[in-house]
Amino acid sequence: MSEPTFTLDGDDVPFTEGQTILQAALGARRYVPYLCFHKDFKPHGSCKVCTVKVNGHHAAGCTTPARAGDVVESQTEELTELRRDLVQFLFTEGNHFCPSCEQSGRCTLQAVGYELGVTQGHYNPLFPTRPLDASHPDVLLELNRCILCELCVRASAQVDRKHVFALSGRGLTKHLVVNAESGRLGDTDLAVEDKAMKVCPVGAILRKRRGFTVPIGERTFDKAPISQVLVAPHEED
Amino acid sequence: MTSPLDTAADPTGLRRIAIEPVSRVEGHGKVTILLDHDHRVHQVRLHIVEFRGFERFIQGRPYWEVPVMVQRLCGICPVSHHLAASKALDHVVGARRLTATAEAVRRLMHYGQILQSHALHFYHLSSPDLLLGFDSDAARRNLVGVLAAHPAIAKQGVLLRKFGQECIRVTAGKRVHGTGSIPGGVNKAVTVEERDALRAMLPDVLRWAEDGVRLIAELHARDPDTYERFGTVRSNLLSLVAPDGALDLYDGVLRARDADGGLIFGGVDPMAYGDHLRENVRSWSYMKFPFIGAIGADDGWYKVGPLARVQNCDRVPTPRAEEARQAWLAGAEGRVVHAPLHFHWARMIELLHAAEVIERLLDEPALLGGPLTASGPRASVGVGIIEAPRGTLIHHYEVDAQDLVTMCNLIVSTTHNNQAMNEAIRQVARQYLDGHEPTEGLLNHIEVAIRAFDPCLSCATHALGKMPLAVEVVDAAGSVVGRIVRDGERLA
Repeated sequence: MSEPTFTLDGDDVPFTEGQTILQAALGARRYVPYLCFHKDFKPHGSCKVCTVKVNGHHAAGCTTPARAGDVVESQTEELTELRRDLVQFLFTEGNHFCPSCEQSGRCTLQAVGYELGVTQGHYNPLFPTRPLDASHPDVLLELNRCILCELCVRASAQVDRKHVFALSGRGLTKHLVVNAESGRLGDTDLAVEDKAMKVCPVGAILRKRRGFTVPIGERTFDKAPISQVLVAPHEED
Repeated sequence: MTSPLDTAADPTGLRRIAIEPVSRVEGHGKVTILLDHDHRVHQVRLHIVEFRGFERFIQGRPYWEVPVMVQRLCGICPVSHHLAASKALDHVVGARRLTATAEAVRRLMHYGQILQSHALHFYHLSSPDLLLGFDSDAARRNLVGVLAAHPAIAKQGVLLRKFGQECIRVTAGKRVHGTGSIPGGVNKAVTVEERDALRAMLPDVLRWAEDGVRLIAELHARDPDTYERFGTVRSNLLSLVAPDGALDLYDGVLRARDADGGLIFGGVDPMAYGDHLRENVRSWSYMKFPFIGAIGADDGWYKVGPLARVQNCDRVPTPRAEEARQAWLAGAEGRVVHAPLHFHWARMIELLHAAEVIERLLDEPALLGGPLTASGPRASVGVGIIEAPRGTLIHHYEVDAQDLVTMCNLIVSTTHNNQAMNEAIRQVARQYLDGHEPTEGLLNHIEVAIRAFDPCLSCATHALGKMPLAVEVVDAAGSVVGRIVRDGERLA
């Protein structure tokens, strides 16, 4: 019996039972932009950058189950504009200064921005005041760049079993917090080997003293755009 | 000594002329001139009207970010800031001695920067004045005008700059604002292909560099009186030199000479710069006024940059540039040269020197690979000094136990030359403007004097919270009802 399929921008995409649209698309090496999704964690559906149209209705690709015969649209001007807006909001809400960020060239937010045609600031930046936590001997927590994807929260809870990170607050006051009485990263048992250290899509959780050791030209997205990197045979963490 | 034209005795009734912006320099500045009814000059000031403030907002950032962040001070000489910051932070990470590869890669990056910046300044910014005339048609007094009148010279300038930018690209990753230098070393070596491509361009580059020296010598020979007199002010000189006294633009010890060439200090370790140099502030400029502490603010100011360097050193350690320097020195007949227009000649000698150094560096096996970084016991303080194209550049940082910068002091090349530039334009005002109705051509003479120093005004303005300020509250009738004054303080 052949695998069930749905169509993605007119092409058949096979899937297995239980897969979401995004999982099936990536499995078929078809890129759909996303930020808060990670293959190792249960889909979250918060960033909405993977929004597609399923039978004419908007839906988050990462949480919507694939169904045989569904007509899914992704690469349309309307959806690209929607995603571009979402990414521009994220740049606006934080303090993202790519020119001096060591994650530049390796940053998923930056790469998705380029993919969607974000080449300059569009909305007035909010310039929030966010602290920088350097209390951990090996890890820098740079909250100016946090996009609240909760990947570190999920990794620390589900894989590391340490529950170092959580989100607190609502709306524009929502922010990442550290599970220590002092609120300081240095008072947690976070270690550089932890999964939570490896999943941050931006430059918010950084291994200290590494900085710009990877030269321009050898960074993740120097050689190919994210639309190719993420569907390559060996996806990097 | 500071000129009386610094501040008019009584500005009442004087006519104010502003040259704003000063053109064909990096950054934004203006010159104000106060004249009386007989066109006699009473006050001349170079104001730096933009504000950068990197010294403040670098605080609280992780130290490894600094060499990349702070280079955004400038789009012309970012490599100088990139390397000066890296050199300062080498101390913090305990890299007392760089690996051979890091040393070679950084030097190639730096001498590429010297070459491209000197080419930019001489050919793109200053040659319109020198080749077409200080008071030639303003509409054609630019690079396009030079391209029309002297296409071969303009093309050489463009291609020289391209070569320097390529040296930067292969070492820093990008022509502008790269990331190649990191605390303790570099993040890449040069590939064989990259080296060979640079080598292939070198014969032309060396020939054009020698042509450049010949060109400025010819221009000087056509009008030696102007070149000797124009804006000439005597001052002390400051630069790095190699420990053996040779010209070294990447590393060395501080040396200062007085206006007659006598040694004020020498062999000063960069970490001890604060024992010898101090800074002053004025109410009318965002740029600080450094001086040699032992002499004082009035007489302790100095010149930096090519004119200081080629006279401060004992020799240039490459043959063609040293020959060019000796020929230039012979013209001075043993006197120290203070004429600003001689900056151009000295700059072209340095451009030739940079091309020769690059030729040597491309022969170094270490350039192509080997350990990239070094480290050692951590320190909390680092000072990095480099000879940027425009002169001595000082970066000074303090870093806490959590790796964050707690203090940053930048004394930028143009800042060192602040008083000298002000004195030079006052001298030009006396020589050319005093008693004459100002014309565009005459006012351009003021700009020519500023350009000779090759200032980078955007790099040089960081005196956040240090400027003397007077705020007056005036009621509707014009009476002063309140006054708050913050005096300028002298800063170490």
